Amino acid sequence: MLRVDVEKQLGEFSLHATFASEGRVTGLFGASGAGKTSLINMIAGLLRPDRGTIIIDGETVDDTAAGIHVPTWRRRIGYVFQDARLFPHLNVAQNLDYGRRMNRLAPDAAQHTRVIELLDIGALLDRRPGKLSGGERQRVALGRALLSKPRLLLLDEPLGALDEARKLEILPYLVRLRDEANIPMVYVSHDVAELRQLATQIVMLRQGRVTSFGGVKVLT
Amino acid sequence: MLDISPAEWTAILLSLRVAIIATLVATPFGIALAWLLARRDFWGKSVLDAIVHLPLVLPPVVTGYLLLLTFGRRGLVGTFLADHLGIVFAFRWTGAALACGVMSFPLLVRPMRLSIEAIDRKLEQAAETLGAAPFKVFFTVTLPLALPGVLAGMVLGFAKAIGEFGATITFVSNIPGETQTISSAIYSLIQTPDGDAAAGRLVIVSIVLALGALIGAEWFARRATARLHGN
Repeated sequence: MLRVDVEKQLGEFSLHATFASEGRVTGLFGASGAGKTSLINMIAGLLRPDRGTIIIDGETVDDTAAGIHVPTWRRRIGYVFQDARLFPHLNVAQNLDYGRRMNRLAPDAAQHTRVIELLDIGALLDRRPGKLSGGERQRVALGRALLSKPRLLLLDEPLGALDEARKLEILPYLVRLRDEANIPMVYVSHDVAELRQLATQIVMLRQGRVTSFGGVKVLT
Repeated sequence: MLDISPAEWTAILLSLRVAIIATLVATPFGIALAWLLARRDFWGKSVLDAIVHLPLVLPPVVTGYLLLLTFGRRGLVGTFLADHLGIVFAFRWTGAALACGVMSFPLLVRPMRLSIEAIDRKLEQAAETLGAAPFKVFFTVTLPLALPGVLAGMVLGFAKAIGEFGATITFVSNIPGETQTISSAIYSLIQTPDGDAAAGRLVIVSIVLALGALIGAEWFARRATARLHGN
């Protein structure tokens, strides 16, 4: 599903990560500064590796030796950021529809209903992002990413900006997403409990290097 | 109320036409330049920035004279445009519009640039991850969020254009009905005996127009902040 072998120099920090994952949810685990966000941004195409390859679903999206770098907007990925990043000038319904419009996909009423029900955001559709709580914003961001029909969903500490109560509010949605949406995910977190609940495979990062890889038990 | 004579109306309407055309033509260039200065790093950026601001600090007579040398009947660009496209600037109202456009350009670009700089680039990244190509990101995220700043820049540019005097009179002279705007009409009236009343009326008209534009620009700027905070 996902094969990564990249090197990147960012100032003093050097990142060199190699892993391949077939898991439904690949957890990228590490302390802050371990290179998790840089790595996921490279998978998204927002950051360009100095050397190496990235293969998503059999398609080579980065290969520095062959001069391949597929731009972010053609990678067909979904990305849920820690800070939701909803478009402030659009209401929730328009935010949800954005990816479909940009990818020129036909309207899919069934999926639309399913995602809105799964995330419980039906009551928010007319609101502007400025009028949403942090948890609501994150659920809309999840829905927006899902409705662009990505082949890989990237989540960068999607619960990081929320307090404990809100985290517990969102986690069940993420578990349902894993079990029902059938989209492989890369989930970045520094929270062991979160990853135990969600991840099926773990990539452990320390100071820019992969230190272990395997099932959830490597977290102990 | 003000008893405005036909000759004064001619000057007022000409000023409006010149300022509106100058603003509308300058706006697309202004947006493009504002985006370039706000979002891109390239060689010579500070030089370009300085050139854009030059009309603000250069004596207007100098700007007008340079326009005359370039776009005049014997100017390099002026000859070309007249021979190949039939566009003549010298001593025409189109020349007044060109002079006003150049003189107001720095004021037009500035609010546009500031509003683009204020947009969180992370939103543009998010749009890219949702499959939006760069030009679509610009038209669906950057431009709508910058719109109040774009409008504010247009209003300010318009206000400057309607009052422009030095470069216009140098470039296209002061021909009633063709290039005599409110400012040059006031200038002529002050030098004429008994012109005081007419000049006074045009002064009031200029003050009203300028004040209206400033209030308008302020209103757009406040809308911009509200919009970015999601209301």
